Amino acid sequence: MSKQIGKRLRRREVVKELLAARGGLLVVAGLGAPAWDITSAGDHELNFPLWGAMGGGAMLGLGLALAQPKKNVLVLTGDGEMLMGLGALATIAVQGPRNLSIVVLDNERYGETGQQETHTGHGVNLAGMAKAAGIAQTLMVRTQAELARLKKRVYAGEGALFAQVKVDPEKLPLVLPPRDGSLLKNRFRAALLGPGAAHQ
Amino acid sequence: MKQVAESAWPDEVHALLRSAGVRQVAIVPDAGHARLIKLCEKDKAMRVVRLTTEEEGVALLAGAWLGGEKGVLLMQSSGVGNCINMLTLPIACQFPLLMLVTMRGDHGEFNPAQIPMGNATQDVFEAMGVIVKRADAPGDVAEMVSGALRLAFNTYRPVALLIGQRVSGAKDFRKLSQSVPQ
Repeated sequence: MSKQIGKRLRRREVVKELLAARGGLLVVAGLGAPAWDITSAGDHELNFPLWGAMGGGAMLGLGLALAQPKKNVLVLTGDGEMLMGLGALATIAVQGPRNLSIVVLDNERYGETGQQETHTGHGVNLAGMAKAAGIAQTLMVRTQAELARLKKRVYAGEGALFAQVKVDPEKLPLVLPPRDGSLLKNRFRAALLGPGAAHQ
Repeated sequence: MKQVAESAWPDEVHALLRSAGVRQVAIVPDAGHARLIKLCEKDKAMRVVRLTTEEEGVALLAGAWLGGEKGVLLMQSSGVGNCINMLTLPIACQFPLLMLVTMRGDHGEFNPAQIPMGNATQDVFEAMGVIVKRADAPGDVAEMVSGALRLAFNTYRPVALLIGQRVSGAKDFRKLSQSVPQ
C-alpha cells in the first residue's frame, strides 16, 4: 500500500478545476459522487450525469466521442463504477478516440453505500490496467501539479487518455442534478446539436 | 436439409441500416451475424465497435445518440442476460436502441447450456420494458428489421428483433467434431 505524504486531493476541488472555463467540453459523470461533483461545479446543459447503469460511464463516453470527433469528451467516474466495467478499457483502447478522456476519482471506497473498500485500496492500479490495455495516455494523479498537467491533456484532445486521481474519501453533501433522464438527454442534445435535434 | 445460410437477408439488412444512417455498429459476434458484420466492416460509413461484453454496446449507443449518431447492437441471445441492468439507460432516458439478436437455445438446439438463456431471452427483455419482435424465416428478416428500426428511432425506445435459429440454422456439434473446423 502506498503511503500518502500530506493530504489527498479533494474531489470537488479537482472537478471544479477540471471544469473551470470548460468551453465546449462534453461531460459524462458516473453514478453517485461524480454526478454530485459535476453538479456542484455548476449544473450545465452539456453535462450528462448518470443516475444508474453502473459500469457504463466510460462506454457512454466512447459512443459520444466517436459521434463528435471534433469535441473533447470527459468522463468523470468513480473507482467502483470503473471496476464494474473494466472491459471498456480494452474496447476504448482499440477504438483509440483522441478526444476522449476517462478520469477516475479514486477514493478507494463505495462512497454511496457506506464507504466499503474497493480493490483500488488493495493494490489494484487502474491506470496500470488502462496502460496495459493500450490506452495512449495514462497517468496517476496525486498532486496539484499533476492535476494541472491532467487538465491540459483533457483539453488538448491527444488521447485517448485515462487518469486515476487519488482523492480523499470524505463524505460531502449531495448536490443533485435533475433526475429525469429524458430531460438530461434532450437538453444535452439541443445544446450540442441545435434545436433540430428534437426532430431527428 | 435446405441450406439457408446463403440467404440474402444480411445484405438486405445491411442496406437498410445504411439507408437509415446507422453509423456505430456494436458487436459481440455470433455465427448468425457473421455476414452482416463483414458487410458493416467493409462499409466506410459505418464504424464497427467490438465489445468485451454486450452491455458495453447499450451504453455506447446511448452515447452515440447523445452525440447525434444512430447505431445498432448485434449479439446472440446469450448476451441479452449481460445487458439487463444497462438497459436502464434507454428505458429511463428514452434512448432509441436497436438490437438484432440471433437466437441460440432455440429451434433444433444441440447444446444444453444454450437453453436457459435462449429460452428466457424474450421474457427477460420484456420484463425490462424492451419491445420484442421475432423473425423466424429468412424471407421475413429484412421486413422485420425495417419495422424495428423505425420503431426504435421514431419512438425513442429499446427494440429487440430476435432472429430465430430456423433462420441461421442450428450448429451441428456432432458434425463439427468429426471435421476440422473452418
